[in-house]
Amino acid sequence: MNATSLAQWQFGITSVYHFFFVPLTLGLSVLVAIMETIYVRTGQDVYKRMAKFWGKLFVINYAMGVVTGIVMEFQFGMNWSNYSRFVGDVFGAPLAIEALLAFFLESTFLGLWIFGWEKLSKPVHALTMWMVAFGANISALWILIANSFMQQPVGYEVVGGRAVMTNFFALLTNPTIRVQFPHTVFSGFVTAAFFVMGISAYHLIRRHEEDLFNRSFRMANIFGAIAIILVIVVGHSQAQHVIRTQPMKMAAAEALWESENPASLSLFTIADEERLQDVFSIRIPRLLSLLAYNRLDGEVKGVRNLQAEYEAKYGPGRYVPSVFVTYWSFRIMVGLGFLMFFISVVFLYRLVRKRPLFQWRYASLFPLVIAFPYISNTTGWLLTEMGRQPWVVFGLMKTADAVSPTVSASMVLTSLIIFSVIYGVLMIADIYLLVKYAKAGPEPSEVLAAHSASEVAYT
Amino acid sequence: MELNSLWFALIAVLYIGYFVLEGFDFGVGILLPFLGKNDVQKRVIINTVGPHWDGNEVWLITAGGATFAAFPHWYATLFSGFYLPLLLILVALILRGVAFEFRSKDENPLWRSFWDWAIFGGSFVPALLWGVAFANFIRGVPIDANMNYVGGFWNLLNPYALLGGLVSLLSFVLQGAIFLTLKVEGILFDRAYLATKRVCLPVLILVISFVIFTYFQTDVLSRTGVIPDLMPILAVLALLACGWFIYQKRNGWSFVMNSLAIIFFTLTIFLALYPRVLVSSLNPEWSLTVTNSASGPVTLKAMSIVALIFVPIFLAYQGWSYWVFRKRVSEKTESLEY
Repeated sequence: MNATSLAQWQFGITSVYHFFFVPLTLGLSVLVAIMETIYVRTGQDVYKRMAKFWGKLFVINYAMGVVTGIVMEFQFGMNWSNYSRFVGDVFGAPLAIEALLAFFLESTFLGLWIFGWEKLSKPVHALTMWMVAFGANISALWILIANSFMQQPVGYEVVGGRAVMTNFFALLTNPTIRVQFPHTVFSGFVTAAFFVMGISAYHLIRRHEEDLFNRSFRMANIFGAIAIILVIVVGHSQAQHVIRTQPMKMAAAEALWESENPASLSLFTIADEERLQDVFSIRIPRLLSLLAYNRLDGEVKGVRNLQAEYEAKYGPGRYVPSVFVTYWSFRIMVGLGFLMFFISVVFLYRLVRKRPLFQWRYASLFPLVIAFPYISNTTGWLLTEMGRQPWVVFGLMKTADAVSPTVSASMVLTSLIIFSVIYGVLMIADIYLLVKYAKAGPEPSEVLAAHSASEVAYT
Repeated sequence: MELNSLWFALIAVLYIGYFVLEGFDFGVGILLPFLGKNDVQKRVIINTVGPHWDGNEVWLITAGGATFAAFPHWYATLFSGFYLPLLLILVALILRGVAFEFRSKDENPLWRSFWDWAIFGGSFVPALLWGVAFANFIRGVPIDANMNYVGGFWNLLNPYALLGGLVSLLSFVLQGAIFLTLKVEGILFDRAYLATKRVCLPVLILVISFVIFTYFQTDVLSRTGVIPDLMPILAVLALLACGWFIYQKRNGWSFVMNSLAIIFFTLTIFLALYPRVLVSSLNPEWSLTVTNSASGPVTLKAMSIVALIFVPIFLAYQGWSYWVFRKRVSEKTESLEY
């Protein structure tokens, strides 16, 4: 493997790994803040115990997100120095602003939250978690502003071989960010909702702390149901947006080889990626046009036509991303999205009707739903990033031109191995702790009463 | 041009803030295995930096982001050129950050001792390597006409840079030891105080030798002459004052003085650099400067407005968090979160 593909693997592994922790942070901070706010408003001890229990899991997860995030910021310069030189003018600004606005907020107020139970008044303490939630989600906004530039470059002009910012405001109002930000943030909310629902179910099935976990489950279920609807609605307009701005990504994700009007939707395709044709395909006529334009006709461009179009526009080369990855990641993401929607609605219905939640045959498997948002999040990013290839900045710079010219393949291999090993070990430690504390459940309330004047140690 | 210099100054300020603040939590991490003789003592030591280490680290992340945004070529050359040292720093920061959170969440002694050493190593390595990196900045590194670093890993480990590494390492240890004298009580206080007394003189000797060595290893002589700038003199004076306050047992003042020493010392390096940001040892023409490595005016202007609004805000709430946790950490285990 050459330095470029090694650097791509490293970026892929470290960013997928990083995003394993981020979505939960986005949503769980909000949920914990809501729990603590209810505690402050009502004085009910159970909500304090909820905030502490879910907050502890939040903190374990958060630490991993922070340390893997530093790698992301350094990596652009370390492995992609030509990219950094080319777009730093535009791309660096949101990164710097993210640190200035969001990271200071998150880290300082989380420190205050963890250590401040006895040092801050109750409302101020609850406020610190709201600040963490605000910081986390504003951080998502800025990093997605940076990413949106890679999907749809705006507000720049190329001067002397570099993209130079001409309009900061255009960067902030990039049409891509308007769909990408809500889609990502609400996915984070869904992730937290299913995390809380799954762990609550584990305890409810065992009839452990039923009051606390019933409240947690209900809150997460409502939160998650609203969020998943928003994810789907926004996701729909995001896909329509991608068809307009990066038609090749959608053509590949739909395994649509030739332009069609009206366009058919693939239900199941086995693709011959070399020849850009079907080996086997089941398609529903007109459905892709309907999804793309909300009407029964309209042209959706195919892979081959776009390849010819791009060759004419950008010169010779292959402009087709991996159809296998985009096609399947799109389907897994959307499929799980609808599955989560279905689960949310069914359980919400049972909650409203006051039906028993976990008295069916395979109820003990319910906690496995925690995996769904994680798989969905990951496949969503695989589609977004791998579907943009061979471009690193769509239409402006190819990934192959972005790599650091002075960093050898052996150096990248070294860092790739080191990161993989450390990340592997940390993942084991992290899951061990999460499972341990999730299974242990909240601190018993007597302990809380006894220590109400002091503090409950996290050991 | 004005904004370029402003951003150079702002990045200098971010690194200074980083070294002063993360300096003490690096120092505390390095001292952990030597001062904490049992689990409770170790937890007390870790809890002194518990609420702060992450916020302190953001100074570095912001410095990195600001470099990327304001001087993309500086960021690109530096980060790709110093690939392996930065990899080591990343590994260290990863392990140490996770270690703080994970360490006390399991009773197993092996688990705890693993993360204790992760805190030690994760603090030791960057404390040393930042000095190595900064010494190389002013000494100059092989940068070619295309702004690419063309040296290897071993170019960076020259005697001068290693001396710089020792300076930062021991300065941070001193900073951590003084910080502990302000945050712990009883036997831990005695040990921390002893550490400040022991480390103070070596730091002074190292700093003075580094300053002298600098005349021979960099172009500072041709730039300023034999009489140095005010900054290195102030750094040495602050260190002397720090030592005096340590022997007077006025630990608050010694913390202020050592912080000032770190500030003046880092300023020395940034002033020796300016207007360059990375010095080429191959050809002075190839050095990166605040002009040839900078972003365009729109970026700098937008960033300046954002910084102008938000830097005071974050200084206010980070300062407030230090105020909230101003009291000493006691050995009552129920008050220990880490």
